[in-house]
Amino acid sequence: MSALLELKGLTKRFGGLAAVNDVSLAVPEGSIFGLIRPNGAGKTTIFNLITGVYQASSGGIAFGGKSIAGLEPYKIADLGITRTFQNIRLFKNLSVFDNVLTACHASASYGIAEALFRLPRFRREEKELSEKAMELLKIMGLDGRFDVMANNLPYGLQRRLEITRALALEPRLLLLDEPAAGMNPDETESLMRLIGEIRSRFSLSILVIEHHMDLIMGVCERLHVLNFGCTLAEGTPAEVSNDPKVVEAYLGGGGSKKC
Amino acid sequence: MEYIQGILILSGINLIAVLGLSVLTGFTGLFSFGHAGFMAIGAYISAIVTARLHLPFALAILAGGLAAGLASLLIGRLTLKLKGDYFCIATMGFGEAIRLILNNWPWVGGSRGWESLGSYTNIWNVLVLDIVAVILVWNLVNSRHGRNMIAVREEELAAQMAGIDVYRYKMTALVVSAILAGIAGALMAHYMTFIQPKLFSMQKSTELTIIVIFGGLGSISGSVIGAVLLTALPELFRAFSQWRLVFYGLAVIVIMVGRPQGLMGGMELTPSGVRKALAAKRARAAAMVDDGGKA
Repeated sequence: MSALLELKGLTKRFGGLAAVNDVSLAVPEGSIFGLIRPNGAGKTTIFNLITGVYQASSGGIAFGGKSIAGLEPYKIADLGITRTFQNIRLFKNLSVFDNVLTACHASASYGIAEALFRLPRFRREEKELSEKAMELLKIMGLDGRFDVMANNLPYGLQRRLEITRALALEPRLLLLDEPAAGMNPDETESLMRLIGEIRSRFSLSILVIEHHMDLIMGVCERLHVLNFGCTLAEGTPAEVSNDPKVVEAYLGGGGSKKC
Repeated sequence: MEYIQGILILSGINLIAVLGLSVLTGFTGLFSFGHAGFMAIGAYISAIVTARLHLPFALAILAGGLAAGLASLLIGRLTLKLKGDYFCIATMGFGEAIRLILNNWPWVGGSRGWESLGSYTNIWNVLVLDIVAVILVWNLVNSRHGRNMIAVREEELAAQMAGIDVYRYKMTALVVSAILAGIAGALMAHYMTFIQPKLFSMQKSTELTIIVIFGGLGSISGSVIGAVLLTALPELFRAFSQWRLVFYGLAVIVIMVGRPQGLMGGMELTPSGVRKALAAKRARAAAMVDDGGKA
């Protein structure tokens, strides 16, 4: 399998602190790839670098073989990378349906003038967008609550809606930032199944940051372990969980070595 | 009768400017305290077209709108990368700058103003333009472009991650609002037949913003009702002479305290909008019953 996303020597410094330090990894096409780290921030920074919210201090990011460093976030989204947030960021005052409908915008191409005068293309494409949004909600089991305001959804469903909204972009790579944060074991379990289903149904690759080891071990095919912003280990869940360096980082050992 | 018609014309003129500001503030979430500046540009450019170039009024309205739109492109380029409050302050500076330039430009009358312009604005052309503006703005905000603007208002970062070019949509909203403000300025110049930089002070900008908030952010019908009500209100209180502005202020405060989301609170006064509002009300009532059951 070829690499869909490739990070090469990615480094991000905030002043003297290197939040991400010389990280290289390759997410194979069609895989579910986990990114874990025993301590501190830095994983979300990697997501912010991939999606263009931050610019890397050094190193490169390639998507589908092409460099995406320095592109505006919306352009990176157009190329097929989208994400969810650790602290859910929905369009809170819009209905469930409108959240997804808004994210479908790239599937239509009518311009502003066509919208102002409601020309035929506007009508046709708006109808298609509505159908697409409703179909997505059905697949994700949210169609029963299409008219509920996003803010009023239960927490677990807000997560689900955020993932649905991301899927509306038809991404090739979905970044999930701690999707199980604040979820009980039942919700985590159903999220795990959902992630697997999404991957096969929408034929995309998923890069997931998570603390819940159950989820990570259960769903990921490959894991990348970071420690203090540097790569500690990489491999299948079984390999990683038996790696003495990883065990030491999680359970403590003879002092923490910086790389 | 003429008096009432006068109030209606003024309401109609304000409505056009307010609709534009509604797109910018209510739907895209950018606050501006400089829209009187765009009105001034529209008013003075249209006056030049009719009084100096002796061209038809329709052309003057068009020129006024376009000139304000062009000015907004320039301003947007300079200020739209600024975050929240900074953009607001920059617009305030822009509005004041326009007023001061006009104050010191003798060719257009300077601070004494420009009088005896043609009286071309009447209830009919205002009404037609109002209807056209409401329909176009309605169509805009109910399209994917309008939804993208709302997404920018709701959650900028998430909007970017959804592939929305935030800067472009902020710019679009600003230009739309400036064009409408320019048209309103052109209508005003040829209704009052006298323009003066003082008419376009920050007080005017604030008035427009108050109307948008009063009507409810993100509601076209709220903007319409707000524009008519708040333009007519000071006139209704005219009997109280110097106290009328106090009453005006009080009325605004009472509404904002009693209903901080504005008159319409993002809802629309259409059959489907009313259905939606009722459904939301039922859902809230049901939720309260649920909570009561648990307690």
